Amino acid sequence: MIKALSAKEVAKRVVEGSMFILDVRNEGDYKDWRIEGKGIESINRPYFDLIDGVEDVLEHLPKEEVLVVCAKEGSSIMVAEMLDEAGIKDVYYLEGGMKSWSEYLMPVKLGDLKDGGSIYQFNRIGKGCLSYLVESNGEAAIIDSARTIEAYEDFAKENNLEIKHMIDTHLHADHISGGRRLSEKTGATYWLPPKDADEVTFSFAALEEGNDITIGNTKIEIQPLYTPGHTIGSTSMIVDGQFLLSGDILFVDSIGRPDLAGKAEDWVSDLRDSLYNKYNNLSKDLVVLPAHFGKISELDEKGAVSAPLGELFEKNDGLNIKNEDEFRRAVTENLPPQPNAYQEIRQTNMGKIDPTNDEQREMEIGPNRCAITE
Amino acid sequence: MSIKVDHVLDCKGLSCPLPIVRTKKVMDQLQAGQVIEVQATDKGSLADIQGWARNTGNQYLGTKEDGDVLKHYLRKSNPGEVKEAAKFEHTIQNDELEKVLAENKEDMLLLDVREPAEYEFKRIPGAVSIPLGELESKIETLDKNKEIHVICRTGSRSDMAAQMLAENGFQRVKNVLPGMVEWNGPTE
Repeated sequence: MIKALSAKEVAKRVVEGSMFILDVRNEGDYKDWRIEGKGIESINRPYFDLIDGVEDVLEHLPKEEVLVVCAKEGSSIMVAEMLDEAGIKDVYYLEGGMKSWSEYLMPVKLGDLKDGGSIYQFNRIGKGCLSYLVESNGEAAIIDSARTIEAYEDFAKENNLEIKHMIDTHLHADHISGGRRLSEKTGATYWLPPKDADEVTFSFAALEEGNDITIGNTKIEIQPLYTPGHTIGSTSMIVDGQFLLSGDILFVDSIGRPDLAGKAEDWVSDLRDSLYNKYNNLSKDLVVLPAHFGKISELDEKGAVSAPLGELFEKNDGLNIKNEDEFRRAVTENLPPQPNAYQEIRQTNMGKIDPTNDEQREMEIGPNRCAITE
Repeated sequence: MSIKVDHVLDCKGLSCPLPIVRTKKVMDQLQAGQVIEVQATDKGSLADIQGWARNTGNQYLGTKEDGDVLKHYLRKSNPGEVKEAAKFEHTIQNDELEKVLAENKEDMLLLDVREPAEYEFKRIPGAVSIPLGELESKIETLDKNKEIHVICRTGSRSDMAAQMLAENGFQRVKNVLPGMVEWNGPTE
């Protein structure tokens, strides 16, 4: 009997376990984007090559514990059943396929705040997107929300939290923000940097320096810091004097790309100024919490992604380019491909187009690709 | 516009892997050279049908969108098609044909004997379409005084067509080699 494995269970294996994966999507999709991890081994054999039988692939598989993965689930069930019949013990398929994998959010507690309350990272491990929930005294703020808002709603319900603020550090190009939808549903205030919101079709509160946001009675402060470069509006946030939410400006292993809103050359100097001056003047003890990770190796043993700012100034190549021309080349030339459907995603986040659920899911397929390196 | 095919397979509403599984089943029943239209609503079927055709050696012709329906066109290949030696003695290479076409000669006809679906997705401007299977019945419509260049995908069907034309009294016939498969000139 084959068994379904949920994205949540697979995420657990990615963070701390091991798994052998037979990915039966077509070669292009596999090359582009797949499940990876320290203990994950995977091979690709399209399901359409296995319709007549799995004999050829058997010699490449372990005798037990194989997870079959496809785009939506159907083909993986077909192939998993064939492997089961061929005698492999414990054959699993990924429930909901890569579609579910792309959407699963894993909440990880990062730490406590000074006057009570805590901060969580929601790791969208399949796409490399990181969002945050700050809670104190029954109130919550969510930063850079994913499209699938149910994860935050469930979390708020379980922990008796009222969602008061939805905040986006910038207008996203790689995923559809859940900020507007969840604020409409809960009555929360939706904060956006005004310089990224010229063309939006809905009302919002201005995320700007000076407009601090407090949560709960204990005055957890969220201080916006204008750091343009990835987009012209990109705004970082210092939470509780401890954490630096860097959005898509600074990642653990790389830095943000300035081209997704079509202004690479114009924004190079903004990006450099934000990173090399504004960030450099901040306390090096701040813990950087970016909006993305690039490689699964950036995850710690709990599955969280973070690093002290001081450490990044030592180790992150993007923060250590002395020469300005060299920096310009690094952030404008030989960039990875753009995220899937990034133009349509930006339009959706501005409220200009309103794709169906299925279309939105389709638009978000693939890795985030918001950094200058892959 | 509808394209003439030998078989239409309805996979509308079916999701992966069924469109490919059914396509494979039907293709197994077809004769080499026959063309199938697969109608599917699963968007993933596009990349998968291309991949399947590539890995099995069948010929993927193209896809047309008709509202929500994707219509994929495939032609079942003859395993020996590419290797079969041409027997018709008068031949012309692709690059020579390109030069001849550039001269725009009035008494020359380029005859494309591939299936209508193949012709539909990619053809040389000015080429006249008569599939090999219809050539015998339509041979009277052709002008015996013209110089006829016969083309297909790999030079195999056009070889047979050229022989048929010669047997029917056409004296200025040339088979184009290797054919559309390596054609780098203008297409439409």
